Amino acid sequence: MSEMVEMRRAAAKGFAVAQERAGEIAMKAGAALRRGGRLARLALRRGRRWFLKGGRDLLQRLAALKGAPAHHGAVLAGFALAAAWLLAASNEGTREAIAARAAEDLQRSLGQVAPAALREGGFEAGSVAFAEGERKVHRAMKDGAVAAVAFETVAQGYAGEIRLLLGVDPSGALLGVRVLSHSETPGLGDKIETSKSDWADGFEGRSLTNPLPEGWAVRKDGGVFDQFSGATVTPRAVIDGIRSGLEFFAERRAELLLLEPSPAPAPAAPQTKAAEP
Amino acid sequence: MTDYTRIARDGLWDNNIVFGQLLALCPLLAVTGTATNGLGMGLATTVVMILSGLAVALLRGVITPEIRIPAFVLIIAAIVTVVDMTMNAYLHDLHKVLGLFIPLIVTNCAILGRAEAFASRQSAPAAGFDGLMMGLGFTAALVALGGVREILGAGTLFANASLLLGDGLAWLELELIPNYDGFLLLILPPGGFIVLGFLLAAKNALDAKAAPAAPADPTHERIEQVFTAGPLLPTGDKGA
Repeated sequence: MSEMVEMRRAAAKGFAVAQERAGEIAMKAGAALRRGGRLARLALRRGRRWFLKGGRDLLQRLAALKGAPAHHGAVLAGFALAAAWLLAASNEGTREAIAARAAEDLQRSLGQVAPAALREGGFEAGSVAFAEGERKVHRAMKDGAVAAVAFETVAQGYAGEIRLLLGVDPSGALLGVRVLSHSETPGLGDKIETSKSDWADGFEGRSLTNPLPEGWAVRKDGGVFDQFSGATVTPRAVIDGIRSGLEFFAERRAELLLLEPSPAPAPAAPQTKAAEP
Repeated sequence: MTDYTRIARDGLWDNNIVFGQLLALCPLLAVTGTATNGLGMGLATTVVMILSGLAVALLRGVITPEIRIPAFVLIIAAIVTVVDMTMNAYLHDLHKVLGLFIPLIVTNCAILGRAEAFASRQSAPAAGFDGLMMGLGFTAALVALGGVREILGAGTLFANASLLLGDGLAWLELELIPNYDGFLLLILPPGGFIVLGFLLAAKNALDAKAAPAAPADPTHERIEQVFTAGPLLPTGDKGA
């Protein structure tokens, strides 16, 4: 009996001690936590202050850089980058439209260098490889035969290349001549464009025998073609370009008109060298 | 406070690119063989001047004085190229007529001059308006010079204008002197210089008539002082 009482008393005492210890530990833990929190807050504040100071330093350094060569270089590089991006973007954006317009122009010019009756099936764009290089040749077919050939030829004008499109019928007579591009003087040499003057229409029906070779020149040089006031170099160049184009046609007539069985896949290099480069 | 009336007056008459500042003479002489070509070049230049004025005014905080010239050239060249490509793609017929002139715009020192003298110090709307007025003044000068040279040199006025402006304005094309043989000198660049000289004299005479009692331009006085005073630097004062 007394044993039981003694045990119960001891247990109660032990419990009281344990409770006291637990309380102490809890208080210590709380204090530690509070101290930790204070330390953490302090560290945070310090960190922030350090960070802000660093940022201020950086800004100050950048501000000090303003006016220095490095700053100029950076701004200029930024401009160059922005300009390059702008040009690349607008080139990308307009490339297809420009190519489509150029193709339309070519079709329109092709239509103008051959009468409608000869190009029922439209022009067939293509290129033929010659010894001196590939050349764009457009053929209009009618009843299984070539009814007209259109090809480009280049003349050396007053201010650079003049690209001409010649339409020729199988007999070698010119159906029409159009200027595809040129950089002649506006107001003087640009009369070779059919939109500015009907000068280019004067070549219709001409061939290597009409007029004879000495007639293929401007009037000033004893030929049969008109020159423009103020520009003699340009019409001279165009006349020479057309004549050499006709010579090219005469030399390569068989190939251009598909008269011979076409030399399959690899076209045989023709023996004769063309007069026209 | 921006004085838009002043800007308009400057651009169109007082400080006209050609007749006031005597700038842009290279494209001027190259394209004013006919009034139509002058009109086309003037309109294309006007578009570029408005855009470059706006761009320079908006970016004036970023551009430091040391690098302003290359930055302006870069801006103008980029704008001209973009205008060229856009016109080629979407205004193809107009581009066929004006295409030859558009690259010439980059070489127009008047655009750089306006960027430097005006757009880099003004708000964007003022700079854009200045570009418009300077461009219109330039267009007017080109058309006047082209018109005189075309009438005297070829006997026509606004030949081929319908290519540029559309068929609705074909009535502008006049043949003033039928069967005229042409006066080549006036179509060629020397004729441009000669006509420009006469037009300048006419403008000066008009100005003199409009303000007979106006005090002389202080700039001229200053220039006279400099020329009569001998060396520019006051070496005599400091040398002692």
